[in-house]
Amino acid sequence: MVMQMNATQPFVDQFDDVQSRLPGSKLPWLEAFRKAGIEKFSTIGVPTIKTEAWKYTRLPNIDCKEFRSANWENGQVAVNAVAEFLSDALNQIRLVYVNGIIRPDLSNLTNLPDGISFEPLTQALESDPEFIESQLCTEELKYDQGFSALNAAMMESGTIFRVAKGVQVKEPIEIVHMNGVADAPIIGHPHNVFVLEAGSQATLVMRHAGIGTSAYFNNAVTEIVVGDSAILKHYTLQTDCMEAIHLSTVNVRVGKDATYETFNFAIGGRLSRTETRVRLEGRGAHCNLSGAYMMRGREHCDNITIVDHLVPDTTAREVFKGVLDDEARGVFQGKLIVHKYAQRTNGHQLSRALLLSDRAEMDAKPELEIYADDVKCSHGATTGQIDENALFYLRSRGVPEALARNLLIQSFIAEALEEISDEKVREAIAGLVVHWLPADCFSVDEWVQA
Amino acid sequence: MSGKAQTIEKVREFTDEKYKFGFVTDIETESAPKGLSEDIVRFISAKKDEPEWLLESRLKAYRHWLTMPDPEWQKPNFPPIDYQGSYYYSAPKSVGDGPQSLDEVDPEILKTYEKLGIPLFEQERLSGIPIAVDAVFDSVSVATTFKAKLEESGVIFCPISEAIQRCPELVKKYMGSVVPYTDNKHACLNSAVFTDGSFVYIPKGVKCPMELSTYFRINAENTGQFERTLIIAEEGSYVSYLEGCTAPMRDENQLHAAIVELITMDDAEIKYSTVQNWYPGDAEGKGGIYNFVTKRGLCKGKNSKISWTQVETGSAITWKYPSCILQGDNSVGEFYSIAITNNYQQADTGTKMIHLGKNTTSRIISKGISAGKSDQMYRGLVRMGPKAVGARNYTQCDSLLVGDQCGAHTVPYIETKNKSAVVEHEATTSKINEEQLFYLRQRGIPTEKAIALVVNGFCREVLQQLPMEFAVEAQKLVEISLEGSVG
Repeated sequence: MVMQMNATQPFVDQFDDVQSRLPGSKLPWLEAFRKAGIEKFSTIGVPTIKTEAWKYTRLPNIDCKEFRSANWENGQVAVNAVAEFLSDALNQIRLVYVNGIIRPDLSNLTNLPDGISFEPLTQALESDPEFIESQLCTEELKYDQGFSALNAAMMESGTIFRVAKGVQVKEPIEIVHMNGVADAPIIGHPHNVFVLEAGSQATLVMRHAGIGTSAYFNNAVTEIVVGDSAILKHYTLQTDCMEAIHLSTVNVRVGKDATYETFNFAIGGRLSRTETRVRLEGRGAHCNLSGAYMMRGREHCDNITIVDHLVPDTTAREVFKGVLDDEARGVFQGKLIVHKYAQRTNGHQLSRALLLSDRAEMDAKPELEIYADDVKCSHGATTGQIDENALFYLRSRGVPEALARNLLIQSFIAEALEEISDEKVREAIAGLVVHWLPADCFSVDEWVQA
Repeated sequence: MSGKAQTIEKVREFTDEKYKFGFVTDIETESAPKGLSEDIVRFISAKKDEPEWLLESRLKAYRHWLTMPDPEWQKPNFPPIDYQGSYYYSAPKSVGDGPQSLDEVDPEILKTYEKLGIPLFEQERLSGIPIAVDAVFDSVSVATTFKAKLEESGVIFCPISEAIQRCPELVKKYMGSVVPYTDNKHACLNSAVFTDGSFVYIPKGVKCPMELSTYFRINAENTGQFERTLIIAEEGSYVSYLEGCTAPMRDENQLHAAIVELITMDDAEIKYSTVQNWYPGDAEGKGGIYNFVTKRGLCKGKNSKISWTQVETGSAITWKYPSCILQGDNSVGEFYSIAITNNYQQADTGTKMIHLGKNTTSRIISKGISAGKSDQMYRGLVRMGPKAVGARNYTQCDSLLVGDQCGAHTVPYIETKNKSAVVEHEATTSKINEEQLFYLRQRGIPTEKAIALVVNGFCREVLQQLPMEFAVEAQKLVEISLEGSVG
């Protein structure tokens, strides 16, 4: 308890320190919201391993005093271009943040279709504070986890994305965060709000890239509303650096006949933890929460999903696959809750992990909590190493061992990638998978030619 | 009648069905004063004429218990237990001090066991298969059959209070070695106030010549039962042990907090089966037993095996996780479970398989059937330690929901700390498959029979693990429960 107090207090002190400089400080409702946030955080505190949702994830011992909120100068470091992720991206619509600070020179909003507003939180607080108030201020502060409450208090950046009724955008829109290029460790609390009104469609790609070597602590909260019959595809790519702590909480509400598809791809990060909570609120609502992670060194990846089936005829699907090498650790905690009267729910959950090293560790806790009888729910969890028979098969056909291993890892991850319905994004992630594989061997092409 | 209406009708029928073991035996009892204190612990120990070391260990446990908070992580809800409101020792007066020969057992008690269908005379049951029985009535063992015959082959099967006198060194060495008193609050309470239970010792190389069994009966009012079972299987031995439990219908909740410890040496095997049919409470959820039991087996030797099979139909709340610690290389742990809950019953059960040794394997098959307003939880842990090279686990837990007022939950914890370990977990939750029912009905099988068939198929993997003697009983129990709950 004392430990926890010690870990919690510096964050509270930091809030007292920066409170007056936070964006929107003139808005009384936001001030009240921040205050409720810090009070909640002080009561709950920093999670410990006794917190069930953090059972397998220990927050690294960080000295929060070392971590500073970013200032304008931190954002102006010399970054001249954004690496393209999608193959044929021309005039890619995107917002770019460096060390949490918006960089208009790298962003591109020239092709933004009508009916879409896409702007940084700081700007939206000036241009449309009523909308943000309507999204944030529910009857009481809903955050019941320490870090999301802290985010409510400290939010200083983030993106507001809003698609008007019936507007459908096919091309993916990007939000790019580049971190790790500051001269001191930086802590950031981005707060994103994505609202898709009825019948609209959009694809969002969020990239978190560690482009430097300095430490950073990212504590993001994303609030998503997918209106009736709307479709949101939400892909996240984490290529954080070894010193990064990346915590993300995503709260989603899915309306009638609406679809929320998300895929979280993580390679890297000292600690990368994504907690996705989906409420299927309308009949015919569907969600697909999937992901893949490839970790090595002492990296740690934690995926938490909680799906609430609140009404009849909703479906959920989850496929998570992970590859763990060296002393890396993977965690999957998934929970499907079928509420009373949510009949004809269909829920499927799968977690599979491949261990490449004896020191790697995988912990899984797939949960079902069911209060209705006419349901089909299942979950599966497996952990194992590379199939020796498959390896032997490939080697017996002359494939060198290192390449054979890489092929098997690649095909293992490929099963999860199939959950991505956007072809361009799927291909781009498949490219990142190959990039991650141990490179001390031929590629397939080289081998065929040799 | 539509399928749904029929279901509701059937659930109601079952609700009305009486718990047939709910009678009370009118017998004079001797009890310790109500409540819990060091004096009660001393009273129990003195009653059993125990050696000093055991009293010391009881008091140590009691003092530790006082410092332990009530656990809060469980799913079942129940009001705080009033530990001072129960009797911790209750024995039929006629039993006097210590075990006696069968001829001296009170005829009332003999009648009770006869009514329960348990023979306390050395007859041969079921087409010539003899079975040795230890009968525990409230806090004491009232009779143990076939003792002499078992002793011919060197097997010790007796009440644990007798074992403490006869072979104290064995008891001292092993009791508390698998479940230490610090394990959890209810185990700690048991370590302080346990009264009786069975002790089994199978010497090296002996295959126990018959099934051993213990029947637990809670009779007295406001009494908790705290029995302790210890089974030791020496190198190369084998034993199959069965346990059955019943209690009268009472309005208050009675606590049953037992500890079962199993130890297998090299190449030994223990098969432990339970048919738990404690009084489940009435249709409004009043009364019933709180069955909070700590069961754990240690596969200490190489190639040893421990297999738990349980059929859980009774108790207001069942809260237990029969577990295996797979320490010896190549050891095997198994857990087969059927849990049926109805009305307001709650069950939070499952297993833990802790893989420590090389090439250890475990298998978990759990079938849960919830009906009425009941709530059921499978909670399990599979842990692959860093040295458990080549270890394997397969887990399957399926839940069947009958009616829209009940709940079924699955919470498996899977921890893998080495790459060569293979862990597979599967779970499904569904209602009875309409297509299967339709198929059977189409072939002229009436709905009720068709359901019985489907459900029987659902439980089959577990039922067939039971020794024949118990399988008959368990199948009957499952049938009774299902006859009324599915339609």
